[in-house]
Amino acid sequence: MRPEISEYNYQASPFFMDGDAKPMKKHGGVEHQMSGRIIADKTVKYILFISAILSIVIVLAIAFFIFQESLQAWAEIGLSDILFKAVWRPGQDQYGILAMIVGSVAVTFGAILLGVPLAIGSAIFLGEIAPKSVQSVLRPAVQLLAGIPSVVYGLFGMVVLVPLIRQVNVPGNSGYGLLAASIVLAVMILPTITSVAEDAIRAVPDGYRSGSLALGATKWQTITRVVLPAGKSGIMAAIILGVGRALGETMAMIMVIGNSVVFPKPLAANPLTFFFSQARTLTGNIAVEISYATGVHESALFATGVVLFALIIIVNASARWLINRQSSIQTTRQG
Amino acid sequence: MNATKLETNEYNLYYGNFHALRDISIYIPEKKVTALIGPSGCGKSTFLRTFNRMNDLIPGVRTTGLVNIDGIDLFKIDPVALRQNVGMVFQKPNPFPKSIFDNVAYGPRVTGLRDHKKLEEIVESSLRSAALWDEVKDNLGKSGLALSGGQQQRLCIARALAVQPSVILMDEPAASLDPIATLKIEDLIHDLSEDYTIVIVTHNMQQAGRVSDYTAFFYTDETRTGRLVEFDETKTIFTNPHDKRTEDYITGRFG
Repeated sequence: MRPEISEYNYQASPFFMDGDAKPMKKHGGVEHQMSGRIIADKTVKYILFISAILSIVIVLAIAFFIFQESLQAWAEIGLSDILFKAVWRPGQDQYGILAMIVGSVAVTFGAILLGVPLAIGSAIFLGEIAPKSVQSVLRPAVQLLAGIPSVVYGLFGMVVLVPLIRQVNVPGNSGYGLLAASIVLAVMILPTITSVAEDAIRAVPDGYRSGSLALGATKWQTITRVVLPAGKSGIMAAIILGVGRALGETMAMIMVIGNSVVFPKPLAANPLTFFFSQARTLTGNIAVEISYATGVHESALFATGVVLFALIIIVNASARWLINRQSSIQTTRQG
Repeated sequence: MNATKLETNEYNLYYGNFHALRDISIYIPEKKVTALIGPSGCGKSTFLRTFNRMNDLIPGVRTTGLVNIDGIDLFKIDPVALRQNVGMVFQKPNPFPKSIFDNVAYGPRVTGLRDHKKLEEIVESSLRSAALWDEVKDNLGKSGLALSGGQQQRLCIARALAVQPSVILMDEPAASLDPIATLKIEDLIHDLSEDYTIVIVTHNMQQAGRVSDYTAFFYTDETRTGRLVEFDETKTIFTNPHDKRTEDYITGRFG
């Protein structure tokens, strides 16, 4: 067995007898001290182990609880009716969440469409172009966005964005809807995507950059042809983490998306008016109705939660997979 | 001595307030191998990077004095254009995470070449010149990172050759390679010197003796400022150096 470092008797070494070090016996015995440290060492190990296990237990418990509460809905309404029917009328025992799935997906898609170019652009700027002084202002500013409470984003959306969008002359446009929600959400996912993508860009070995520049490539060519492809997996992971964040967002969505249980569709002939349509997200559905729901209705809301949970697990697992792939690519390179 | 390819006159380089290179004046002959030797920290790699202006990328670097390539002031040439004429091979092989073909075709492509037939010709001739063609010709789609260290370094040399430079700078190109791979690189350097002006930084005295025609000895004292002590034909430097410090270094008394 490898000798533990804590078992080494430092004080017996002549180097530790210099200065004000006193003969060890006066401290009450080295043996005693050492065993105390070993106990502390082991205790800490167990405490940390338990804390790590605890988070897994909590996740599993939540998953189990949500699933158990949703069982009634799956049994009485049926999987396909819940997932594929678009009509949600709890009063008439109709519990199709397709409209909400479409609402969640549409608003997430809109946020990605608006937010990703901005976030990746910021990440490239921070990681490759900005001088240190600009970075030191810009990076905290982007991260500050992550610290703003969701309800404040919602408020901003209600007070600023919704009235602005209402100005657009489309019949049935209330200002509330997918567009307002997508814009708010795009800003909310910006810090997540920017910081993960910047990490991925920074993780690209410098040798690639100097190799490219030394071949007569310009800085922009180096970024687009070497740095971004090399950081591709990490950047994809950043986007997917943003998707996960967007799918789970609740409060700001409730405040600006309108929450009417309609299947989102274009308000006029122009297909782009789709984004003026009101909608409801999976998260919003639960938050708005859970306070008064009972029986099958309540269980159907838990079923909504299960669907959301599954979506987010899939999204996060694929992000994790991509991040691992990127780090394994880079380890192989060094070998 | 051949015509002068690269030339510096009273060249100084500063990192911020730190004086890294002092008054370097040298004539590097065309189509010969010139080795830059000297103890660690004497500025020989910094001096090497002067010729493709890679030092420009480091914030706070300032230079004075003259540097010419083919008699033209190097600092008046656009660095992107200069680097197409002055290729570089780094200490640690740094192929891109792309296929062997795409690695070699990278340089021509960034200059705008799209014609696949032409690219194929360039890739083949560059890999042949870098003595790698026979080992990879059936696997051009394989990742450059899947090659051995020595092969990766020859891939990097091929990649540099593909841009058709006239000068190749090598910064300890064999430092991370085993002896057999090192020998292959050295043979390659010897062959390449027929067509290219090669400047190589090396820590390895025997290597400088084996591959170079000319040798420049750099030295630094406690000020850490690098100076050129002696520049001459390699055989003169190794058998009959003029400066005591060169002799001490060559005979292994320090460094």
